[in-house]
Amino acid sequence: MNIVVCIKQVPDSDKVTIDRETNRLNRAGVPSIINPFDENALEMALQLKDKHGGKVTVISMGPPQAVEALRTALSHGADDAILISDRKFGGADTWATSYTISLAIKKLEVQPDIILFGKQAIDGDTAQVGPGVAHFLDLPMLTYAKAVEPTDAGFKVEKVTEDGYEIWEIDKPAAFTVVKEANQLRMPSLKKKMAAKKAEIPTWGFDDLNPIEENIGLAGSPTKVSKIFAPPVKLNKEILSGEPAEMITELIQKLKERNVL
Amino acid sequence: MSTTKEIWVFAEQRNGRIAGVVNELLSKAQELAEKSGFEVAAVLPASGCADLCQELFNYGAKKVYTLDDPKLADYQNDYYSRAIAALINDKKPEIVLYGATTIGRSLAPTVAVMVDAGLTADCTQLDYDTEGCNLLQTRPAFGGNIMATIICPDHRPQMATVRSNVFKKEKLGDSEAGETIEYPVDLSGVPERMRRIEVVHEDDNTIDLNAAQYIVSGGRGVGKPENFKIIYDLASELGAAVGASRATVDAGWISHHHQVGQTGKTVCPVVYVACGISGAIQHLAGMQSSDVIVAVNKDPDAPIFDVADFGLIGDLHVIVPEFQKQIAAFKA
Ligand SMILES: Cc1cc2nc3c(=O)[nH]c(=O)nc-3n(C[C@H](O)[C@H](O)[C@H](O)COP(=O)(O)OP(=O)(O)OC[C@H]3O[C@@H](n4cnc5c(N)ncnc54)[C@H](O)[C@@H]3O)c2cc1C
Ligand SMILES: Nc1ncnc2c1ncn2[C@@H]1O[C@H](COP(=O)(O)O)[C@@H](O)[C@H]1O
Repeated sequence: MNIVVCIKQVPDSDKVTIDRETNRLNRAGVPSIINPFDENALEMALQLKDKHGGKVTVISMGPPQAVEALRTALSHGADDAILISDRKFGGADTWATSYTISLAIKKLEVQPDIILFGKQAIDGDTAQVGPGVAHFLDLPMLTYAKAVEPTDAGFKVEKVTEDGYEIWEIDKPAAFTVVKEANQLRMPSLKKKMAAKKAEIPTWGFDDLNPIEENIGLAGSPTKVSKIFAPPVKLNKEILSGEPAEMITELIQKLKERNVL
Repeated sequence: MSTTKEIWVFAEQRNGRIAGVVNELLSKAQELAEKSGFEVAAVLPASGCADLCQELFNYGAKKVYTLDDPKLADYQNDYYSRAIAALINDKKPEIVLYGATTIGRSLAPTVAVMVDAGLTADCTQLDYDTEGCNLLQTRPAFGGNIMATIICPDHRPQMATVRSNVFKKEKLGDSEAGETIEYPVDLSGVPERMRRIEVVHEDDNTIDLNAAQYIVSGGRGVGKPENFKIIYDLASELGAAVGASRATVDAGWISHHHQVGQTGKTVCPVVYVACGISGAIQHLAGMQSSDVIVAVNKDPDAPIFDVADFGLIGDLHVIVPEFQKQIAAFKA
């Protein structure tokens, strides 16, 4: 089975803060990680390979340093990696990103049976690139996949919903976005770590993918950021301390005054 | 680009019931309509739609485009996206809003690439800029550390998803008038590539978090799974639903259906009681817009106190049972 996993390198949003004066992100010193949900997509790919054989190719689009995310994925067990990177791709929103990634997948020598994405990327939280790529490749797509099992014609998939789950059958080839509950990424092996350090990872740029120019980068992005600001904070809070019984009596009194009890 | 001056709301239905978020979006769309001069319409894919239109009129749709086809009875991404994209390409609305449900968050991005539209996910504010003629779509980014306002100046429609409970719904009446437009659906050329074969509901929550007026949530400060009992006890005294932080879900103390936050549910109850929750930005992203927030935490510097209306500093194992006791007495 040929499996492609799309992984994004993101700043660890636990450690990002905002400078309330300038409204800028303090990104200095913030480590870059593989988008946590993409780890679940990668693990799902590795498990499918363990069980059914095949090859796992990881693809990432981003600046040159995103190659580190790909090396990490190789150390966990991916077979191949490709970096999509070009100045001209910069500033892409999810529309342009989906388009560009779909071109890279089309260029693969062997077309995948299955393409996996994380549920969403934690920097933007859009969850749009998976469905976007799937459409550009004209593949059926299911989001929020927790378990994927190959069948004769395609896959049987457990899809998480608001209040439970659904079982779907979907034809091959297909694309899925994977939820956190699916699994936990295995540890990297020392041997693979060494190999990953030295692995040759090809970079595909504008000339390799030959995109329609108005579909890529900033120009190919329908959405534009018009303003960035710090989230508002609540000002009129009341802190109660002291004996629990008194605190609660006071709280209930205040909630009554607010007409919420 | 010539467009129909309309704001559309995707009228998501499951088993013939309109999702609550649809009515919230219709109410918001009306506000946007007043500013922009556009008209509010709903788009309803279903099989047998007639009964559902009245509810949409009652929440502010002036028009309902029905897409009536047996293949559209339940959500199926290929069918839904193609039917809606065909309607959008024909009518060219200015704005299309979707609930950020598991359905909306799959459908909207597919439609966006089909019709060449921009899409902003999980907006927490929507406004209309009459000067630039743009929908102002504001949403948190980087785990809630910043807010960003997104516009789509050169593409129509402008599309956004919004989580449930972000906007308030407002019913206009019980028999509001509106126009039903039965739009022809042709899915004959769309191959059947996926089939839903089973639906399982496993929500163990007695009260739906999304609809709850009161929520009591527990975090790692609860200490161990057995201790969640005091959270449940207070909740049942208050008639509240039980929420949880991701730390407790990850630890397996409570099922993920209870998780509130960026990767859980967004809630907007009248009162949210956070017990032993530190207030990580990802948790705040899911409960910040609650009317009144009460926080119980033994650490006076916990960030949860930054968003709390009432902060109780102390041990939740004492405070929560005391709260329950006094509520019981108060009700008696
Ligand atoms: C991509 C991503 C998505 C995330 N999504 C979510 C999400 O949707 N929802 C979510 O909740 N989190 C989410 N998180 C996790 C989040 O960052 C925090 O780790 C989590 O919310 C912490 O949970 P907590 O407050 O229960 O635990 P902690 O941060 O450990 O806080 C426990 C608190 O309990 C207090 N406490 C301890 N004992 C007592 C006592 N006896 N009495 C009173 N107080 C006590 C402590 O002072 C402390 O403040 C996400 C993280 C990432 C990276
Ligand atoms: N630049 C990228 N390179 C590779 N994969 C990506 C990229 N951006 C998004 N993805 C994939 O698409 C998923 C959803 O991302 P997003 O739509 O940005 O929330 C991620 O979990 C990744 O699997």
